[in-house]
This record gives sequence, structure tokens and C-alpha cells, in this order.
Amino acid sequence: MRGLPWFAKVYLALVIGAAFALLGHSVVVSGRLERLDWSTLLVLALLFLVCESVPTLLNVRQAAVSVSFSAVLAAVVLVGPEGAALVGMTAVFSVRPGLPLVKRLFNSAQFAICGYVAGWVYQRLLGGRLVTPTIAGFDDLIVPFAGAAAVFVPLNFILIALVLVATGQADQVPLRGLAQFLVSYLGYATFGLLIAGLWATVNSIAAVLVLLPLFVARWAFGQYLAQQRSYDATIAALCQAVETKDYYTRGHCTRVSLASGMIAQEIGMGPERLRAIRYAGMLHDVGKLGVPTKVLQKDGPLTEEEYAAIQLHPMRGLEIVRGIDFLDEAFAGIMHHHERQDGKGYPMGLAGDEVPEFARIIAVADAFDSMTSDRSYRNARTVEVAMAELRKNAGSQFDPVMVTAFIKAIDRDGWEPPRKVVTPPADVVRTATKDHDDPTMPIQVVSER
Amino acid sequence: MSGPSGVRVFQGLDSGQLLLICAAGLLAVAGVAHTAATGLVDPEIALGFGALIAAGELARLTMPGNREVAPIGAAAALGYTLLLDMGGVPAGHSALQVVAVLAVGMVTGALPHLAVGRQPRLDAMARRLLTGALLALAYRPLAGPLFTLAEGGEGNWWPALAVMALLILVMVLIDVLLAAILRAEQVRAAFGVAIHDEMRMAAPLGAAVAASGILLALASHSMDMAALLVFAAPLLVTQVAFRKYAGIRATYLQTVRALSRVTEVGGYVEPGHSRRVSRLAVAVGRELGTAEPELLELEYAALMHDIGQLSLHDPIPGGATVLTDPEQARRIAELGAEVIRQTGVLDRVAEIVRRQCDTCAETPPLASRIIKAANAYDDLVGGSSDRDRAGAALERLRLGSGGEYDPTVVEAMARVIDRMAPLHRL
Repeated sequence: MRGLPWFAKVYLALVIGAAFALLGHSVVVSGRLERLDWSTLLVLALLFLVCESVPTLLNVRQAAVSVSFSAVLAAVVLVGPEGAALVGMTAVFSVRPGLPLVKRLFNSAQFAICGYVAGWVYQRLLGGRLVTPTIAGFDDLIVPFAGAAAVFVPLNFILIALVLVATGQADQVPLRGLAQFLVSYLGYATFGLLIAGLWATVNSIAAVLVLLPLFVARWAFGQYLAQQRSYDATIAALCQAVETKDYYTRGHCTRVSLASGMIAQEIGMGPERLRAIRYAGMLHDVGKLGVPTKVLQKDGPLTEEEYAAIQLHPMRGLEIVRGIDFLDEAFAGIMHHHERQDGKGYPMGLAGDEVPEFARIIAVADAFDSMTSDRSYRNARTVEVAMAELRKNAGSQFDPVMVTAFIKAIDRDGWEPPRKVVTPPADVVRTATKDHDDPTMPIQVVSER
Repeated sequence: MSGPSGVRVFQGLDSGQLLLICAAGLLAVAGVAHTAATGLVDPEIALGFGALIAAGELARLTMPGNREVAPIGAAAALGYTLLLDMGGVPAGHSALQVVAVLAVGMVTGALPHLAVGRQPRLDAMARRLLTGALLALAYRPLAGPLFTLAEGGEGNWWPALAVMALLILVMVLIDVLLAAILRAEQVRAAFGVAIHDEMRMAAPLGAAVAASGILLALASHSMDMAALLVFAAPLLVTQVAFRKYAGIRATYLQTVRALSRVTEVGGYVEPGHSRRVSRLAVAVGRELGTAEPELLELEYAALMHDIGQLSLHDPIPGGATVLTDPEQARRIAELGAEVIRQTGVLDRVAEIVRRQCDTCAETPPLASRIIKAANAYDDLVGGSSDRDRAGAALERLRLGSGGEYDPTVVEAMARVIDRMAPLHRL
């Protein structure tokens, strides 16, 4: 609680106070708590607690949507507004180690308020009576239930968004994934209806039956996330292994992946394409291994034959990764990352819009990282110099849109250039005297004829 | 379906699969014929569930290990089988009608897949149909009495629930058994191990499907046909989660397979070496009764066993590690293990790679011994399918001085190679 701005404190106190006032009003003024079905309430509260303790991570990154929402909505139908408020209140006791008391209190208070208001709306739409759903009356429940859910969701969202804004975490308000958020809420609302609808037949077993698939889903999501993390780590490690050949290019693939992701995000790519371009950036140079070391490390100009070997590396890379189930765009990005806007690039000499979008992005990221890294023949250039170089070549080598997007992203988020490379002892490693990615040092080719 | 593609579908099916497909086909024909003769009971209900089964079949997914599942379709089939009443009106459909709806729904759902050129997995579909039909035959006769028990007097739903749960459990067990038999025949896994693997794969999804199926049957009592719509929600979430999981698992394996080729492109090893070693190693591992999770580790380790060579300046001529000096080989193994350990998640794989050069006396893990032998075999034989050369190579491994190779592994490999030989000649 300490360290919070005063308006945040006021807001928290207001919400918590309002929740207790609502509850007190129910107890003292109308004495409505006596009419509650306590056994049902107890089961629902338990259910709510279980769900609240294991928030289901859905696709939205920061927002832990928990299934507990379903339990409150079921309570709205089965035990009315006061009961729903009480069920929501139990959030204080949820098993989440490390959650401070203020957060617990606020959480339970906002659940209680939302539950109470949704219950009130539900009762109004139903015409004031509260009935346990029966077979004949089930269809009549659907509209009031939808109304209750329609009130609950925005209220819940606003209460939480306000606290995030007040405590200076406004950037965490999940506006971006709002649509996804609403869909998952809709799904959870359906579960609430299911639990309430089944109560008449099998009581608490209904909850178990509804929640079992959800817990399995949660388990599967957990497995998926673990595999995803493991996969990312593996692909990075393998790409770095490919780079160990050249002392100076270590970490190049991860940085190009990062920079490509920054550009893609800046121009508003969706999550799936974003992931694809990160992988494409990571893998863009695996084909370099097919280029003989002596060509990569050769001093002075290359013969045409040697240059042809270098020009082949994007194709070699594509050949290696073709078996992976990526988006086709990722393959195009790897294949064409050395094309130029003026059509003088390789391997196909595409120009302008012919160059695939992914390739235009990777080209910028690739050149930028090459310039801001140490090379055996020169020190790293500063970020500013590299950006000026990108701007200078925008239109001829790079796509101006991508350059602008990248510069904007760096101005906002900054860029961490690789650490200074300690010059390796000459007898241990042989190092390249050129870098095919460096736009300031074009590869010299001598004609043999 | 045109002739050649029809042949392709049936090619590569073994006797067990054919038997299963025939049995399922006969059942489907019997079900459809019977329903056509007696007329469809409660056509709206049949149509609703049939549509859901078709949608589920359309949304089927492939789990790790190339196992095809259709959770939504399976749950819908379960719901239709277990259905006691629809909004209080007892459901009177017979077991054979369930089979008919199941068959028609599945075929309808498979048609769009066929239209875009994806061949149906007949054995997987047959298994789904057969187990569904078995459950229907066992349960449908009980549906009437169970409903009277549930509705009459105090309305006790517990017996119905217990019978449903019990029969589903039996059905899942039969399904696992069938899957294990097919698998054992297909990939030559030991039967006990196959049962274990199938059980582990089936448990989470099976639990979700079973719960949803019962849910659907019960929800139809109080919610009428609306149940069909709302019920799909929990399972849809589950399906999405599993699809993502299966997707990343597949991509993972493809990526390791693809990147294992960098050593070939770099000229460090013979083309196709990593893939051949991994195939042989996995086959040997299976022959020796390795369970699936360890088999996956073995495959990763075998694919990446040469990755340490990337740290060398210049490729070893031909890359044949069996012929290079032992110290060099050990260093490559260490370097490779170091690369894999960098991932932070494949520690066991790194350990397998690190110890791939150990002799038997140093008691390396089984996977390391398998890779050592498979690697040596491939270095000697390469991509050739010459039987004499294979025999000579095996002989050399058997004689390997000083307990270089594990005799059990070499014998298992001999059996595997003997089996694979006719395939090579094709």
C-alpha cells in the first residue's frame, strides 16, 4: 500500500468500502441473507476458491483470466445477488502465495460488487423472482443470464483497468488483446450457464464435469508454453552453434531475430506472423555454413566463383529449414534477405515490392546488427552512425518503410549493442576480414577474365 | 476416389489395421442398413448430434507420435450414445442408429479433408467408430431403465452417472488396447511399452472428452438442444490448447531434424548421416523396449550427436568419427554436449551426447550406447543397402575390441537391420 499515489489509495478504499457497504446493506436493512441456500453457496464458494487459486493463462499475456468468473455467474443464477457477492468475497482466501493483503481485499471487493450488480440485473430481467432452473424454465433463463454477463464483464474490466491506471501500470491494460479477452469471457460465461443449468440434475457433480475439461485444457496450455519456451531456447542454441565458426558474429542471429521482431511489431504485424519473423530472423544465416570457411575468411577481393558461393547461402539456408512447418513467409524471408530495393541484390535480383515483406525487414535488421558489432577489420559503429547509414541507403538497398519503423522503435525502446569483443589471440582463432552483411564494406569481386 | 489414390490409401496397412477397418466398415454398413429399414427415431436429435460429430471430425488434430484424435467428435458421439432424454422426453434411438449417425457424421466431416487432398487415416477413423459402436451396444439397452430410475420417484441420477462412468472407462481401456496392438505392429514396439505409451497419451484428453460427453448427455435433460451449443465451449478450449501443444511438438522435432543437417551442409559429415543414425537408433531403442519420452530424447541426441563438429575449424575428411582418433571424437562429443546444454532444457539429451564415445566399462546410459553403435554402423555402411556390407559392418561391431560396443545393442541392431533390409531394396 505504501508508495501508491493518494488517488490510488482513495480508489482502493472506495471499492473495498463499497463492497462492504453492499454486504452490510443486505444483512442489516433487508435481512435477505437468511433466505439464502447455504449449502449451495458453500459448494459454489469452494468451487470459486479452487478456480481463483489456479488462474488459467489464456493467450493474453498479462491478463490471467481465471475460471472463477464462471463460478460467480453460476452463483448469480443459483443464490442471487447477495450470494454472488458473498462468493466473490471469498477471493480473499485464495491460495496465491505472495499476494499482498491489499490486492486480495481489492480483488474480492471487485468480485463482490460485480457479482452483486450482475445478480441485481439478472433478477430484474427475470421479473424479480429467483428460481432454481428447471427443465421447463431453462430457455427463459438465457436472456437474463446474458444480461447479467453483459453487465459483469465491462464492470469487472473497468474496475481493474482503473486500478492499473491509478497505480501507474496503464500500459498493462490489455487493450490490444481486448477482442480475445472478450471472447474468452464469453466462453467462461457459457460455463457459468452450464453449471447453473446442470445443478437441477446432478448438483455439485455438474461443476466437476464442467471444470474437468477446463483443467485439462489448462494443463495442456501449460505443456504448450513449456514446450514453446524449450523450443525457443533450443533454436537459439543451435543457431549460435552454427555461428561458433566465426568468432566475431556470435549472437548475431538472436539480435537479428530481436530487431526483426521490433520492426514487425512497429508496423503492426499480428502475433502469428510476429513469431514467424522472429524465427526467420534467427535462422536467416544457417546456410552460411555451406560456404567454405576459407571464402568467408579470405583476405582481399573474391573471385567470381567465390562470390557465387556466398550468394548461394540464402538458398542453402532455405534448403536446410524447408522441412519445418513455418509460415511460407518465413521461408521467403530467409531466401531473399539479401535482395535490394534497386534489384542489385542476390540470389534472384528482385526489386522494390517484389522483395517479400519478411525479407525487407530482415535485411534492415541484419545490416544494422552487422554495423553495430565489432569486426576484426573495424570496431563497432555507434547506433547513431548505423541509423544514418540505414537512412542513407533507404530506397536503394533498404525499404524506407522498414528503416523508418526500425528507427522509431529504437528511439523508443533503445538498443543494446553486443558487448565489446575482446580481440582474440591470433593463434587461437582465425577471423574473417569481411562480413557479407556489412553495407559499408561491399564485397570486392575481381573478374577472372 | 480414383484408382491410384485408393491403392495408396491401402498400401502400407498391415493385417491388424485391415481387420479393424473391415470390422468398422461392416458395423457401419449394418448400422446404416438397419436405420434405413426401420426409419430414423427422433430425426432432429440425430441431425443435431450428427452435425456436431461431423464438425468434430473436421477439426481433428494429430497428436505427437502421429496419433490422430477428434476430441469434439468423440465427445459428441459419447453424448449421443449416453443420451437418456431430451428435455424430459426419453430418447429411444437404438445402438445401431448410434452407429449409423456416427458413421455418416464421420464420413461427412472427412469429406472436406479429402477434397483438399488430405488422405484419411482409415485406421484411426475405424478405431473411433468401433469403440463408439461397442459403447453404444453395451449402453443403449440400459438407457430406458436408467431413465426411469432417474426420473421416477425421488429422481436419482447417481446410478445413471455411475453406469456412464464405468462403461466409458471400459471403452477407453479397450481403445487403448486397440491402439497399442496397432502401434506394436506398426512400429514394432514391445506390447507392454506400447500400452504404457498409449495410456499416457490418452489419459488427459480422454478425461476431458469423457467429462464433456457425460455433460452433454446430462445437459440435454435440462437444456434441451441448447446443450449442444453451450457444451462445445469447454471442449473447444481444450481442443485449442491441445492443437497448440501438438503443433509446437511437431515443429520442435522438425526443427531439430532440419538443423541437424547443418553438419552435412557444412561438409562435416556424409549427407543424410544424422537422419540415418537417428532412424536406426530409434528403431534399436524401440527394439530394446524404450518408452516414448526416452525415445524422443534418444532421437534428439542421435540427430545432434555430431553437432560438436561445428566448433572445429575444418571438417574431418568424410566426417567419419569412427575412424578418427578417440581423443578427437571425445572432444567433439564434449563440444556437442556443451552446445545442447546451452538450451537449458535438454540436459538429458546433452548427457547422452556427451557420453556417446564411452566404452561399456564406463557404463554410459543405454541411449549413448545405442548412438555409439548406430553411428559406427552408419560410418561403415553409409546410405548403402548392400547386405554383405551390412553383415561385414555388424561383424566388425560384434568384434569391437575391449567392450567397445554393447553386445545387447549390437544384437538388437542386427535384428532391426535384418527387418529393414527388404525395405531398403524397394
